Amino acid sequence: MDLDLEFAPRDAAAHPPALAPIYRSTLLRAPRQPLLSLRSTLTEITGPIFGESELDPIDADLTRNHARDGDPIGERITLHGRVLDGDARAVPGVLVEIWQANAGGRYRHTNDSFTAAIDPNFGGCGRVITDAEGRYRFRTIRPGPYPFPNRENDWRPAHIHYSVFGQGFSQRLITQSYFEGDPLIARDAILGTMPDVAARQRLVATLDMEASAPFEALAWRFDIVLRGRGASRFESVA
Amino acid sequence: MSKLPETPSQTAGPYVHIGLIPRQAGFDIFENNLGAAMLTPETKGERIRIEGRIFDGADALVRDALVEIWQADAGGRFAHPADRQNGPPPDPHFRGWGRSGTDFATGVWGFDTIKPGRVGPMAPHASLWIVARGINTGLATRVYFADEDAANAEDPVLRMVEPARRFTLIAPRALRGGIPVYSFDIRLQGDGETVFLDV
Ligand SMILES: [Fe+2]
Repeated sequence: MDLDLEFAPRDAAAHPPALAPIYRSTLLRAPRQPLLSLRSTLTEITGPIFGESELDPIDADLTRNHARDGDPIGERITLHGRVLDGDARAVPGVLVEIWQANAGGRYRHTNDSFTAAIDPNFGGCGRVITDAEGRYRFRTIRPGPYPFPNRENDWRPAHIHYSVFGQGFSQRLITQSYFEGDPLIARDAILGTMPDVAARQRLVATLDMEASAPFEALAWRFDIVLRGRGASRFESVA
Repeated sequence: MSKLPETPSQTAGPYVHIGLIPRQAGFDIFENNLGAAMLTPETKGERIRIEGRIFDGADALVRDALVEIWQADAGGRFAHPADRQNGPPPDPHFRGWGRSGTDFATGVWGFDTIKPGRVGPMAPHASLWIVARGINTGLATRVYFADEDAANAEDPVLRMVEPARRFTLIAPRALRGGIPVYSFDIRLQGDGETVFLDV
Protein backbone atom coordinates (compact mmCIF):
# COMPACT_ATOMS: atom_id res chain seq x y z
CA MET A 1 0.00 0.00 0.00
CA ASP A 2 1.38 3.38 -0.95
CA LEU A 3 1.52 5.49 2.19
CA ASP A 4 0.57 8.68 0.35
CA LEU A 5 -2.80 7.19 -0.59
CA GLU A 6 -3.95 6.17 2.85
CA PHE A 7 -6.54 8.10 4.75
CA ALA A 8 -6.04 9.28 8.29
CA PRO A 9 -8.21 7.42 10.80
CA ARG A 10 -11.65 8.87 11.27
CA ASP A 11 -11.73 11.12 14.34
CA ALA A 12 -14.49 9.46 16.37
CA ALA A 13 -14.82 12.52 18.61
CA ALA A 14 -15.80 14.64 15.60
CA HIS A 15 -18.93 12.56 14.98
CA PRO A 16 -22.05 11.73 16.96
CA PRO A 17 -21.93 8.44 18.87
CA ALA A 18 -23.95 5.61 17.30
CA LEU A 19 -26.13 5.27 20.38
CA ALA A 20 -27.67 8.55 21.50
CA PRO A 21 -30.90 8.14 23.51
CA ILE A 22 -31.94 11.75 22.83
CA TYR A 23 -32.54 10.53 19.26
CA ARG A 24 -34.87 7.62 19.82
CA SER A 25 -34.30 5.89 16.48
CA THR A 26 -30.71 5.09 17.48
CA LEU A 27 -31.84 2.82 20.33
CA LEU A 28 -32.50 -0.22 18.15
CA ARG A 29 -30.28 0.69 15.23
CA ALA A 30 -26.93 1.46 16.84
CA PRO A 31 -24.48 -1.47 16.80
CA ARG A 32 -23.49 -2.51 20.33
CA GLN A 33 -20.18 -4.08 19.35
CA PRO A 34 -17.25 -1.76 18.68
CA LEU A 35 -16.35 -1.20 15.05
CA LEU A 36 -13.44 -3.32 13.86
CA SER A 37 -10.65 -0.85 13.22
CA LEU A 38 -8.25 -1.64 10.45
CA ARG A 39 -5.88 0.11 8.18
CA SER A 40 -7.25 1.15 4.80
CA THR A 41 -6.84 -1.39 2.03
CA LEU A 42 -7.11 -0.76 -1.68
CA THR A 43 -10.87 -1.22 -1.31
CA GLU A 44 -11.16 1.86 0.90
CA ILE A 45 -8.69 4.22 -0.75
CA THR A 46 -10.54 3.81 -4.04
CA GLY A 47 -14.10 4.86 -4.71
CA PRO A 48 -16.53 5.64 -7.51
CA ILE A 49 -15.75 8.48 -9.91
CA PHE A 50 -18.48 10.54 -11.56
CA GLY A 51 -18.19 12.68 -14.66
CA GLU A 52 -19.77 16.02 -15.53
CA SER A 53 -21.37 14.35 -18.53
CA GLU A 54 -23.50 12.19 -16.24
CA LEU A 55 -25.25 15.25 -14.80
CA ASP A 56 -27.34 18.02 -16.29
CA PRO A 57 -26.40 21.57 -15.22
CA ILE A 58 -30.00 22.16 -14.15
CA ASP A 59 -29.58 19.36 -11.57
CA ALA A 60 -27.92 21.98 -9.31
CA ASP A 61 -30.84 24.42 -9.52
CA LEU A 62 -33.62 23.18 -7.25
CA THR A 63 -35.73 26.23 -8.11
CA ARG A 64 -35.95 24.94 -11.70
CA ASN A 65 -35.22 21.22 -11.81
CA HIS A 66 -38.76 20.23 -10.88
CA ALA A 67 -40.66 23.39 -11.92
CA ARG A 68 -43.94 22.50 -13.64
CA ASP A 69 -45.98 25.68 -14.09
CA GLY A 70 -44.06 28.32 -12.14
CA ASP A 71 -41.53 28.96 -9.43
CA PRO A 72 -41.41 27.11 -6.13
CA ILE A 73 -42.79 28.95 -3.11
CA GLY A 74 -40.24 30.31 -0.67
CA GLU A 75 -37.11 32.32 -0.15
CA ARG A 76 -34.62 31.70 -2.96
CA ILE A 77 -31.09 31.13 -1.72
CA THR A 78 -27.67 30.24 -3.00
CA LEU A 79 -25.98 27.49 -1.05
CA HIS A 80 -22.30 27.12 -1.72
CA GLY A 81 -18.97 26.14 -0.25
CA ARG A 82 -15.93 23.99 -0.70
CA VAL A 83 -15.18 20.33 -0.12
CA LEU A 84 -11.80 20.05 1.59
CA ASP A 85 -9.89 17.29 3.28
CA GLY A 86 -8.43 17.33 6.77
CA ASP A 87 -5.17 18.65 5.38
CA ALA A 88 -7.04 21.68 3.97
CA ARG A 89 -6.61 20.49 0.41
CA ALA A 90 -9.42 21.00 -2.09
CA VAL A 91 -11.30 17.85 -3.09
CA PRO A 92 -12.09 18.43 -6.76
CA GLY A 93 -14.29 16.38 -9.07
CA VAL A 94 -16.46 14.72 -6.45
CA LEU A 95 -20.22 14.30 -6.41
CA VAL A 96 -22.24 16.37 -3.92
CA GLU A 97 -25.95 15.57 -3.62
CA ILE A 98 -28.49 17.41 -1.48
CA TRP A 99 -32.09 16.88 -0.47
CA GLN A 100 -34.47 18.95 1.60
CA ALA A 101 -38.04 19.81 2.57
CA ASN A 102 -39.90 22.59 0.78
CA ALA A 103 -40.56 26.05 2.24
CA GLY A 104 -43.41 24.63 4.32
CA GLY A 105 -41.31 21.85 5.81
CA ARG A 106 -42.82 19.10 3.65
CA TYR A 107 -40.82 16.46 1.80
CA ARG A 108 -41.80 15.15 -1.60
CA HIS A 109 -41.72 11.61 -0.29
CA THR A 110 -44.31 8.90 -0.27
CA ASN A 111 -43.71 8.34 3.48
CA ASP A 112 -43.99 11.99 4.61
CA SER A 113 -47.42 12.69 6.06
CA PHE A 114 -46.78 16.15 7.56
CA THR A 115 -49.83 18.34 6.92
CA ALA A 116 -47.93 21.14 5.13
CA ALA A 117 -48.60 21.26 1.39
CA ILE A 118 -46.51 19.66 -1.36
CA ASP A 119 -45.16 22.35 -3.70
CA PRO A 120 -45.92 21.30 -7.29
CA ASN A 121 -42.86 23.19 -8.49
CA PHE A 122 -40.36 21.82 -6.03
CA GLY A 123 -38.72 18.38 -6.05
CA GLY A 124 -36.24 18.86 -3.25
CA CYS A 125 -33.05 17.27 -4.58
CA GLY A 126 -30.02 18.42 -6.51
CA ARG A 127 -26.50 17.37 -7.38
CA VAL A 128 -23.28 18.82 -8.69
CA ILE A 129 -19.61 17.90 -9.10
CA THR A 130 -17.01 20.02 -7.31
CA ASP A 131 -14.73 22.16 -9.48
CA ALA A 132 -10.94 22.22 -9.46
CA GLU A 133 -10.93 24.18 -6.17
CA GLY A 134 -13.43 21.85 -4.55
CA ARG A 135 -16.25 24.37 -4.87
CA TYR A 136 -19.92 23.49 -5.24
CA ARG A 137 -22.95 25.76 -5.67
CA PHE A 138 -26.69 25.13 -5.54
CA ARG A 139 -29.64 27.42 -6.11
CA THR A 140 -32.60 26.41 -3.98
CA ILE A 141 -35.22 27.71 -1.56
CA ARG A 142 -34.84 27.88 2.17
CA PRO A 143 -36.56 24.84 3.69
CA GLY A 144 -39.03 25.11 6.54
CA PRO A 145 -38.74 23.39 9.92
CA TYR A 146 -40.87 20.31 10.47
CA PRO A 147 -41.99 18.17 13.41
CA PHE A 148 -40.85 14.59 13.85
CA PRO A 149 -41.80 11.82 16.23
CA ASN A 150 -39.15 11.61 18.92
CA ARG A 151 -39.69 13.38 22.23
CA GLU A 152 -42.96 15.12 23.04
CA ASN A 153 -42.65 18.05 20.66
CA ASP A 154 -39.56 17.84 18.49
CA TRP A 155 -39.03 20.09 15.48
CA ARG A 156 -36.10 19.90 13.13
CA PRO A 157 -34.42 23.24 12.51
CA ALA A 158 -34.40 24.16 8.82
CA HIS A 159 -31.71 21.98 7.27
CA ILE A 160 -30.26 20.61 4.06
CA HIS A 161 -29.15 16.99 3.81
CA TYR A 162 -25.79 16.45 2.09
CA SER A 163 -24.25 13.36 0.57
CA VAL A 164 -20.58 13.73 -0.37
CA PHE A 165 -18.16 11.40 -2.09
CA GLY A 166 -14.46 11.86 -1.53
CA GLN A 167 -11.57 10.41 -3.45
CA GLY A 168 -11.89 7.10 -1.64
CA PHE A 169 -14.91 5.19 -0.36
CA SER A 170 -13.77 5.64 3.24
CA GLN A 171 -14.24 9.41 2.89
CA ARG A 172 -17.93 8.87 2.13
CA LEU A 173 -20.04 11.23 4.24
CA ILE A 174 -23.69 12.05 4.81
CA THR A 175 -24.42 15.10 6.89
CA GLN A 176 -26.79 18.05 7.32
CA SER A 177 -26.29 21.80 7.27
CA TYR A 178 -28.29 24.28 9.33
CA PHE A 179 -28.86 28.02 9.06
CA GLU A 180 -27.01 30.45 11.31
CA GLY A 181 -29.31 32.15 13.79
CA ASP A 182 -32.09 29.54 13.82
CA PRO A 183 -33.40 29.25 17.42
CA LEU A 184 -34.35 25.60 16.80
CA ILE A 185 -30.68 24.64 16.46
CA ALA A 186 -30.14 24.69 20.22
CA ARG A 187 -33.25 22.52 20.73
CA ASP A 188 -32.60 19.94 18.04
CA ALA A 189 -32.37 16.30 19.14
CA ILE A 190 -30.31 15.25 16.11
CA LEU A 191 -27.67 17.93 16.73
CA GLY A 192 -28.08 17.09 20.40
CA THR A 193 -26.57 13.66 19.75
CA MET A 194 -23.21 15.45 19.59
CA PRO A 195 -21.84 16.37 23.00
CA ASP A 196 -19.24 18.66 21.44
CA VAL A 197 -20.69 22.13 20.86
CA ALA A 198 -17.82 23.06 18.53
CA ALA A 199 -18.66 20.04 16.38
CA ARG A 200 -22.31 21.15 16.16
CA GLN A 201 -21.16 24.60 15.12
CA ARG A 202 -19.32 23.12 12.14
CA LEU A 203 -22.69 22.13 10.68
CA VAL A 204 -24.09 25.65 10.71
CA ALA A 205 -24.01 27.41 7.34
CA THR A 206 -23.19 31.10 7.63
CA LEU A 207 -24.86 34.00 5.89
CA ASP A 208 -22.56 35.14 3.07
CA MET A 209 -23.55 38.63 1.95
CA GLU A 210 -20.63 38.83 -0.44
CA ALA A 211 -21.89 35.89 -2.47
CA SER A 212 -25.50 37.04 -2.40
CA ALA A 213 -27.16 38.41 -5.52
CA PRO A 214 -28.70 41.85 -4.80
CA PHE A 215 -32.46 41.93 -5.31
CA GLU A 216 -32.42 38.21 -6.06
CA ALA A 217 -31.08 35.80 -3.45
CA LEU A 218 -29.14 35.66 -0.21
CA ALA A 219 -26.24 33.22 -0.05
CA TRP A 220 -25.26 30.74 2.63
CA ARG A 221 -21.85 29.17 2.91
CA PHE A 222 -21.15 25.64 4.09
CA ASP A 223 -17.69 24.08 3.79
CA ILE A 224 -17.31 20.34 4.18
CA VAL A 225 -14.17 18.69 5.55
CA LEU A 226 -13.53 15.03 4.78
CA ARG A 227 -10.88 12.83 6.35
CA GLY A 228 -7.36 13.76 5.39
CA ARG A 229 -4.59 11.46 4.38
CA GLY A 230 -1.75 10.46 6.57
CA ALA A 231 -0.29 8.36 9.27
CA SER A 232 -2.18 5.32 10.39
CA ARG A 233 -2.53 3.72 13.80
CA PHE A 234 -2.38 0.26 12.33
CA GLU A 235 -0.18 -2.35 10.80
CA SER A 236 -0.84 -2.93 7.14
CA VAL A 237 -3.14 -5.85 6.43
CA ALA A 238 -3.09 -5.76 2.64
CA MET B 1 -1.71 15.36 11.75
CA SER B 2 -4.89 16.83 10.31
CA LYS B 3 -5.21 20.59 10.13
CA LEU B 4 -8.97 20.90 9.80
CA PRO B 5 -11.51 19.09 11.98
CA GLU B 6 -13.80 16.73 10.07
CA THR B 7 -17.35 17.73 9.30
CA PRO B 8 -19.52 15.60 11.59
CA SER B 9 -21.71 12.92 10.10
CA GLN B 10 -25.47 13.24 10.56
CA THR B 11 -28.19 10.68 10.03
CA ALA B 12 -29.50 10.33 6.48
CA GLY B 13 -32.97 10.38 8.03
CA PRO B 14 -36.11 8.68 6.74
CA TYR B 15 -36.22 10.63 3.45
CA VAL B 16 -32.77 9.78 2.10
CA HIS B 17 -34.49 8.42 -1.02
CA ILE B 18 -35.36 11.92 -2.22
CA GLY B 19 -31.75 12.84 -2.60
CA LEU B 20 -30.13 9.61 -3.66
CA ILE B 21 -32.81 7.42 -5.25
CA PRO B 22 -35.70 9.82 -5.93
CA ARG B 23 -37.78 7.29 -7.83
CA GLN B 24 -38.25 5.33 -4.62
CA ALA B 25 -39.44 8.54 -2.91
CA GLY B 26 -42.15 8.63 -5.57
CA PHE B 27 -40.99 10.99 -8.30
CA ASP B 28 -38.86 11.00 -11.41
CA ILE B 29 -36.56 14.00 -11.69
CA PHE B 30 -33.19 13.02 -13.15
CA GLU B 31 -32.57 11.52 -16.54
CA ASN B 32 -29.63 9.59 -15.15
CA ASN B 33 -30.33 7.76 -11.91
CA LEU B 34 -26.85 7.20 -10.55
CA GLY B 35 -26.17 3.78 -9.12
CA ALA B 36 -29.42 2.21 -10.36
CA ALA B 37 -27.68 -0.16 -12.79
CA MET B 38 -24.16 -1.49 -12.32
CA LEU B 39 -23.81 -3.54 -15.49
CA THR B 40 -23.91 -3.10 -19.24
CA PRO B 41 -23.92 -6.01 -21.69
CA GLU B 42 -20.18 -5.39 -22.20
CA THR B 43 -19.23 -5.78 -18.53
CA LYS B 44 -16.91 -8.75 -18.04
CA GLY B 45 -17.51 -11.34 -15.37
CA GLU B 46 -19.92 -13.79 -13.83
CA ARG B 47 -23.37 -12.26 -13.31
CA ILE B 48 -24.48 -12.57 -9.71
CA ARG B 49 -26.99 -10.98 -7.37
CA ILE B 50 -26.15 -9.88 -3.85
CA GLU B 51 -29.19 -9.20 -1.70
CA GLY B 52 -30.40 -9.16 1.84
CA ARG B 53 -32.44 -7.53 4.52
CA ILE B 54 -31.53 -5.38 7.50
CA PHE B 55 -32.77 -6.12 11.00
CA ASP B 56 -32.77 -3.86 14.03
CA GLY B 57 -32.16 -4.81 17.65
CA ALA B 58 -35.78 -5.95 18.08
CA ASP B 59 -35.49 -8.17 15.01
CA ALA B 60 -37.74 -5.83 13.01
CA LEU B 61 -37.05 -5.18 9.33
CA VAL B 62 -35.40 -1.87 8.53
CA ARG B 63 -37.40 -0.73 5.53
CA ASP B 64 -36.12 2.81 5.10
CA ALA B 65 -32.38 2.26 4.66
CA LEU B 66 -30.10 2.92 1.74
CA VAL B 67 -27.23 0.60 0.87
CA GLU B 68 -24.28 1.39 -1.40
CA ILE B 69 -21.88 -1.16 -2.80
CA TRP B 70 -18.27 -0.67 -3.93
CA GLN B 71 -16.28 -3.50 -5.42
CA ALA B 72 -13.50 -4.53 -7.77
CA ASP B 73 -14.14 -5.84 -11.28
CA ALA B 74 -13.87 -9.47 -12.35
CA GLY B 75 -10.10 -9.10 -12.62
CA GLY B 76 -9.74 -7.65 -9.12
CA ARG B 77 -9.16 -4.10 -10.34
CA PHE B 78 -10.84 -0.91 -9.13
CA ALA B 79 -11.85 1.76 -11.63
CA HIS B 80 -9.79 4.36 -9.77
CA PRO B 81 -6.30 5.87 -10.19
CA ALA B 82 -5.20 4.75 -6.72
CA ASP B 83 -5.35 1.16 -7.97
CA ARG B 84 -1.74 0.82 -9.11
CA GLN B 85 -1.77 -2.98 -9.32
CA ASN B 86 0.01 -4.58 -12.22
CA GLY B 87 -1.92 -6.50 -14.82
CA PRO B 88 -4.71 -5.84 -17.29
CA PRO B 89 -6.44 -2.46 -16.84
CA PRO B 90 -9.79 -2.12 -15.06
CA ASP B 91 -12.88 -3.07 -17.07
CA PRO B 92 -14.02 0.18 -18.79
CA HIS B 93 -17.61 -1.09 -18.61
CA PHE B 94 -17.75 -1.40 -14.84
CA ARG B 95 -17.70 1.42 -12.29
CA GLY B 96 -18.09 -1.02 -9.42
CA TRP B 97 -20.61 1.05 -7.51
CA GLY B 98 -24.36 0.94 -7.01
CA ARG B 99 -27.06 1.95 -4.59
CA SER B 100 -30.27 0.31 -3.49
CA GLY B 101 -32.99 1.26 -1.05
CA THR B 102 -34.50 -1.42 1.13
CA ASP B 103 -37.98 -2.08 -0.23
CA PHE B 104 -40.65 -0.26 1.79
CA ALA B 105 -42.71 -3.47 2.00
CA THR B 106 -40.29 -6.40 2.01
CA GLY B 107 -37.17 -4.71 3.37
CA VAL B 108 -35.05 -6.34 0.66
CA TRP B 109 -32.09 -4.51 -0.92
CA GLY B 110 -30.09 -5.96 -3.77
CA PHE B 111 -27.52 -5.51 -6.50
CA ASP B 112 -27.23 -7.19 -9.87
CA THR B 113 -23.50 -7.16 -10.35
CA ILE B 114 -20.55 -9.37 -11.23
CA LYS B 115 -18.44 -11.50 -8.95
CA PRO B 116 -15.35 -9.47 -8.08
CA GLY B 117 -11.89 -10.95 -8.46
CA ARG B 118 -9.28 -11.27 -5.72
CA VAL B 119 -7.55 -8.03 -4.83
CA GLY B 120 -3.96 -8.76 -3.85
CA PRO B 121 -4.02 -10.99 -0.78
CA MET B 122 -7.71 -10.28 -0.18
CA ALA B 123 -10.45 -12.75 -1.05
CA PRO B 124 -13.18 -11.58 -3.45
CA HIS B 125 -15.38 -9.17 -1.54
CA ALA B 126 -17.65 -6.16 -1.90
CA SER B 127 -17.89 -3.18 0.45
CA LEU B 128 -21.30 -2.14 1.70
CA TRP B 129 -22.20 1.16 3.29
CA ILE B 130 -25.52 1.52 5.11
CA VAL B 131 -27.30 4.73 6.05
CA ALA B 132 -30.76 5.27 7.51
CA ARG B 133 -32.82 7.03 10.12
CA GLY B 134 -31.28 6.17 13.49
CA ILE B 135 -27.82 5.57 12.02
CA ASN B 136 -25.72 8.60 12.92
CA THR B 137 -22.64 7.60 10.92
CA GLY B 138 -22.85 5.34 7.86
CA LEU B 139 -21.99 1.74 8.69
CA ALA B 140 -19.35 -0.02 6.59
CA THR B 141 -19.10 -3.76 6.22
CA ARG B 142 -17.96 -6.33 3.66
CA VAL B 143 -19.61 -9.18 1.83
CA TYR B 144 -17.46 -12.25 1.29
CA PHE B 145 -18.60 -15.24 -0.74
CA ALA B 146 -19.25 -18.65 0.83
CA ASP B 147 -17.93 -20.51 -2.23
CA GLU B 148 -14.49 -18.94 -1.72
CA ASP B 149 -13.44 -20.96 1.34
CA ALA B 150 -9.75 -21.16 0.49
CA ALA B 151 -9.41 -17.47 -0.32
CA ASN B 152 -11.51 -16.48 2.68
CA ALA B 153 -9.25 -18.46 5.00
CA GLU B 154 -6.29 -16.34 3.86
CA ASP B 155 -8.07 -12.99 3.79
CA PRO B 156 -6.26 -10.49 6.05
CA VAL B 157 -9.44 -8.62 7.01
CA LEU B 158 -11.51 -11.71 7.79
CA ARG B 159 -8.61 -13.00 9.86
CA MET B 160 -8.86 -9.93 12.09
CA VAL B 161 -12.49 -10.77 12.89
CA GLU B 162 -13.03 -13.01 15.85
CA PRO B 163 -13.82 -16.48 14.46
CA ALA B 164 -17.26 -16.67 16.10
CA ARG B 165 -18.41 -13.56 14.21
CA ARG B 166 -16.88 -14.23 10.77
CA PHE B 167 -20.08 -15.84 9.53
CA THR B 168 -21.76 -12.44 9.60
CA LEU B 169 -19.57 -11.36 6.67
CA ILE B 170 -19.93 -14.47 4.50
CA ALA B 171 -22.87 -14.76 2.12
CA PRO B 172 -24.20 -18.21 1.20
CA ARG B 173 -24.82 -18.89 -2.47
CA ALA B 174 -27.95 -20.33 -4.08
CA LEU B 175 -29.18 -20.44 -7.65
CA ARG B 176 -32.32 -18.58 -8.67
CA GLY B 177 -33.36 -18.79 -12.31
CA GLY B 178 -29.83 -19.88 -13.15
CA ILE B 179 -28.27 -16.81 -11.51
CA PRO B 180 -26.18 -17.20 -8.38
CA VAL B 181 -27.72 -15.21 -5.54
CA TYR B 182 -25.65 -14.41 -2.47
CA SER B 183 -27.78 -13.68 0.58
CA PHE B 184 -26.44 -11.18 3.05
CA ASP B 185 -28.72 -10.23 5.91
CA ILE B 186 -27.41 -7.42 8.09
CA ARG B 187 -28.09 -7.31 11.83
CA LEU B 188 -27.54 -3.86 13.26
CA GLN B 189 -27.67 -4.89 16.88
CA GLY B 190 -27.89 -7.89 19.21
CA ASP B 191 -27.60 -11.61 18.48
CA GLY B 192 -25.57 -12.22 15.35
CA GLU B 193 -24.71 -8.53 15.04
CA THR B 194 -22.91 -7.90 11.77
CA VAL B 195 -19.26 -6.93 12.05
CA PHE B 196 -18.97 -3.28 11.04
CA LEU B 197 -15.64 -1.81 10.04
CA ASP B 198 -13.84 1.39 10.88
CA VAL B 199 -11.65 1.66 7.81
FE1 LIG C 1 -34.63 16.26 7.07
